[in-house]
Amino acid sequence: MDDRIEFATHPDRYKHWQLSCDGDVARLVMKVDEQHPMRGGYDLKLNSYDLSVDIELADAVQRLRFEHPEVKSVLVTSGTDNCFCAGANIYMLGSSSHGFKVNFCKFTNETRLYLEQACEQSGQHYIAACNGVASGGGYELALACEEIYLQDDGSSAVSFPETPLLAVLPGTGGLTRLVDKRKVRRDLADAFSTLAEGIRGKRAVDWDLVDGVFPRSKFDDKVTERAKAIAANTPDRKGPGVELPPVDVTIEEVDGKPVRRYPHVTLTIDHGERTAHIEMRAPTDDPATTADALREQGARAWALAAFRELDDAILQLRFNEPEVGLIVISTKGDGAKVKAHDEALAKLMADDWFANEVHWNMARVLKRLDLTARSLFATIEPGSCFVGSLFELALAADRSYMLEGELEDGDAGEAAIGFSSLNFGPLPMSNGLTRLQTRFLARPEHVDALAKRQDETFTAEDAAELGLVTFTPDDIDWEDDVRIAIEERVSISPDALTGMEANLRFAGPETLETKIFARLSAWQNWIFQRPNAVGERGALTMYGRPERPEFDWRRT
Amino acid sequence: MSSVINSERIPNNVHLGDDRKLQRALEAWQPRFIDWWKEMGPEGFQEDQVYLRTAISVDADGWANFDYVKMPEYRWGIFLADPVKDRKIGFGDNMGMDAWQTVPGEHRNTLRRLIVTQGDTEPASVEQQRLLGQTCPSLYDLRNLFQVNVEEGRHLWAMVYLLHSYFGRDGREEAEALLERRSGNEDKPRILGAFNEPCNHWLSFFMFTYFTDRDGKYQLLALAESGFDPLSRTTRFMLTEEAHHMFVGEKGVGRVLKRTCELMKKNSNMDARAEGGIDLPTLQKYVNLWYSVSLDLFGGEISSNAANYFAAGIKGRAHEERSYEDHMALEGSMTFDVPTSNGGFEKQEVPLRTAMNEILRQEYVADSQRGIDNWNKIIRKADIDFEITLPSTRFHRDTGIYAGMKFDPSGRLLSDEEWEKKKGDFLPTAEDEAYIKSLMTKPIFEPGKMANWIAPPAKGIKGRPVDFVYVRHDAS
Repeated sequence: MDDRIEFATHPDRYKHWQLSCDGDVARLVMKVDEQHPMRGGYDLKLNSYDLSVDIELADAVQRLRFEHPEVKSVLVTSGTDNCFCAGANIYMLGSSSHGFKVNFCKFTNETRLYLEQACEQSGQHYIAACNGVASGGGYELALACEEIYLQDDGSSAVSFPETPLLAVLPGTGGLTRLVDKRKVRRDLADAFSTLAEGIRGKRAVDWDLVDGVFPRSKFDDKVTERAKAIAANTPDRKGPGVELPPVDVTIEEVDGKPVRRYPHVTLTIDHGERTAHIEMRAPTDDPATTADALREQGARAWALAAFRELDDAILQLRFNEPEVGLIVISTKGDGAKVKAHDEALAKLMADDWFANEVHWNMARVLKRLDLTARSLFATIEPGSCFVGSLFELALAADRSYMLEGELEDGDAGEAAIGFSSLNFGPLPMSNGLTRLQTRFLARPEHVDALAKRQDETFTAEDAAELGLVTFTPDDIDWEDDVRIAIEERVSISPDALTGMEANLRFAGPETLETKIFARLSAWQNWIFQRPNAVGERGALTMYGRPERPEFDWRRT
Repeated sequence: MSSVINSERIPNNVHLGDDRKLQRALEAWQPRFIDWWKEMGPEGFQEDQVYLRTAISVDADGWANFDYVKMPEYRWGIFLADPVKDRKIGFGDNMGMDAWQTVPGEHRNTLRRLIVTQGDTEPASVEQQRLLGQTCPSLYDLRNLFQVNVEEGRHLWAMVYLLHSYFGRDGREEAEALLERRSGNEDKPRILGAFNEPCNHWLSFFMFTYFTDRDGKYQLLALAESGFDPLSRTTRFMLTEEAHHMFVGEKGVGRVLKRTCELMKKNSNMDARAEGGIDLPTLQKYVNLWYSVSLDLFGGEISSNAANYFAAGIKGRAHEERSYEDHMALEGSMTFDVPTSNGGFEKQEVPLRTAMNEILRQEYVADSQRGIDNWNKIIRKADIDFEITLPSTRFHRDTGIYAGMKFDPSGRLLSDEEWEKKKGDFLPTAEDEAYIKSLMTKPIFEPGKMANWIAPPAKGIKGRPVDFVYVRHDAS
């Protein structure tokens, strides 16, 4: 179990980043300790990164939002000489399994998006201060920032060497951000993306690859000046911050099955069935109804704690349980309490930055669930609480099973589901729509009608009638139907399921986000599998080796 | 044998007159080069008549033509070694194919980067040395300094010719940038770190020409093997000039040593410093310094770039054709003691191609030792018990697997505290620097006279006596 990947960290323990705050400007300095990669076998040279580096970055971005509300601009820069960041470590990629690579890229993409969203949602503006070469993932990190400044010293360049040098693509949304976010002209983007050494100085500005260049002697002053100017134009958020302690978890084994038990979430792995069970529990207390009371609860507030726990459980499954193909999601507790917490949060988040952050965190975790390449089933039984924010779990699932009627030996009554105002806007998917809007793409008026029924709860028959659940077996059929559905699902090819699910989950409009993930899944993952990249003589295989790659020249 | 038309503005043996476009490009670059030379070249001597060797053609007589010239009027030209008929690529995956007469698209950027990096060192060293003339130990040495300087300038021309001829607009922009960067300038530094440190006294100059120019020699030897034929021909000719620079370095240090021994004997305590000379332990520290920074210029011990250059046929080993039998270098490996995170070392076997930087470095180490042996002969001849030695290749490195670690000159790993305590024994201290500079405050322009800390050369230049007026400093 030593090689399990854990995601909890803290600035005091960072090996690769330094986070410091000076008034309303924070500095996030990348200084990768090359001798401390996630696992042995490669050195993290030239500020290249692996998952351990990105876990720290994700932690820093999250902490800035919660713990440092006073920060309005964040300078992302390097503490390693002549190098901003060289991107993902090639030897790490070369020695990783396909599944790990995909999940690594997905995680780094999510982190870049979180950083990007912090600008819009939290008024924390990220500025890339490239005081050295920003190549590959290094430039992609810069692209995720709101503005990019490059040191003009004759050698610092921005570049995408992936295609010409490694026969793969920039895997962290770089190509998409180039033309969709920065709106770089496609022909210039084409020239740039095939020029391994990249572009520096004035031309980088002319081509819109960066927002400005400054000479080395003035670089630090100029970017700091810029960060201060941006901060001065950003509204205040009243402190103090809310500290994020590590997620509380105990790891045990029940009936031979590994269990991660959190206060509001239990994750049980059934390796034999290649299935994981996530149970999420309703709050038992009354919600905080004032901003001060919510602040008092801090990280213990149910809406924050429960979704941080869910986030950890999802990451555990993605990285440490590659063979688990299906996640069965259940809930337990009082739906009325979930609704009460949701509504209290919805009321506070308009004016209170902390309530707003709690809600955006919820939105991020649900997106992470959408983007998890495992089959998702929701089982809705008596005693469950698929209401409001927790009903989003059922909507995120590929299908849901809701028990009709009461259990013969139970005393929990009938299973019921319900809405809260959080179902109608505040928790968008990556396509920009709510899960209900995406579900009923053909009938937007149906979503409007449902929005008017927020005070009701629905038992199986009504829920099925309204299109809110998939199947509604009764007490007699329940166990068999669910068992068979699970067994059937895990017998299908995992690759085909991944593709099928991703196609079906994200109906509706394209956004920068959906493009990034779809192209990662389709193009990058395809290229990453092809012999020209990873074959015996592929460019990625040959990188750093004495021989040169050989290509199969046929185009598809 | 190629001939040179000297009536042209730019002397050359590349039929520049037949290529109007290239000629125009180079003629446009020439005034900017002269402006750069006047601004950044030797300060205070631009109007002097200097007895210089000028290459006027590549044949045996033509490349060593001696006469007085004002440096800004020096005839910097473009000379390539004669072509080898039907030359083939001699190593790597493309071995046996016709050598490239134009740049292959696949390797365009790599070649450009290599040429720019090499080219950047040439003006950089002129800039580093621009104030040295003002403290010259003799007219003979002053002339040698200027000879080195103008030839570095010509090497810049050679690289610029390649950039202009073969790399289009990008190449022309790079050629401009070569004149815009400045050694030691914080905003526009030269590309390689070692070329941004000033060379601020003559002992450093001699060490530089012995150790750092020798790195240049090995880089040129490796590029002379290149499958890109114009690069090969250019660098082969440059090598003939580079040899003189190392001669200046080896003889310069040798003369300092000789003088030091004389002064030691003169002093009852064998104290060279008391007699105004440079003591042997201090000389050793400068050897340690310049040798180690020059070792860094070869790049990391384990380098995928080096492997790619070799595989592509762009950069070979020194004397690839004549010294090696296996030109594929796919078999075999080199073993390194690689530092581990727990402070120890482990053996790591590295494929030969990936170790190309180290192979070149080892040849350099052996070559560097030859001059050291000659220096030690001088000391032995004076009956003094001291030996100059080359430090371990791990000592004081800033590039490669030993970068940032602390070793003593014998290669023994030191703790940070030990290093702090002892580094003044290994490398020149601020006091040493101040002492050396205190010896070199005034120039010596009197023909034949030498500064107190250096012995006269055994003979003059091109059969001229030592007291020949090599630089007409007051000529007007």
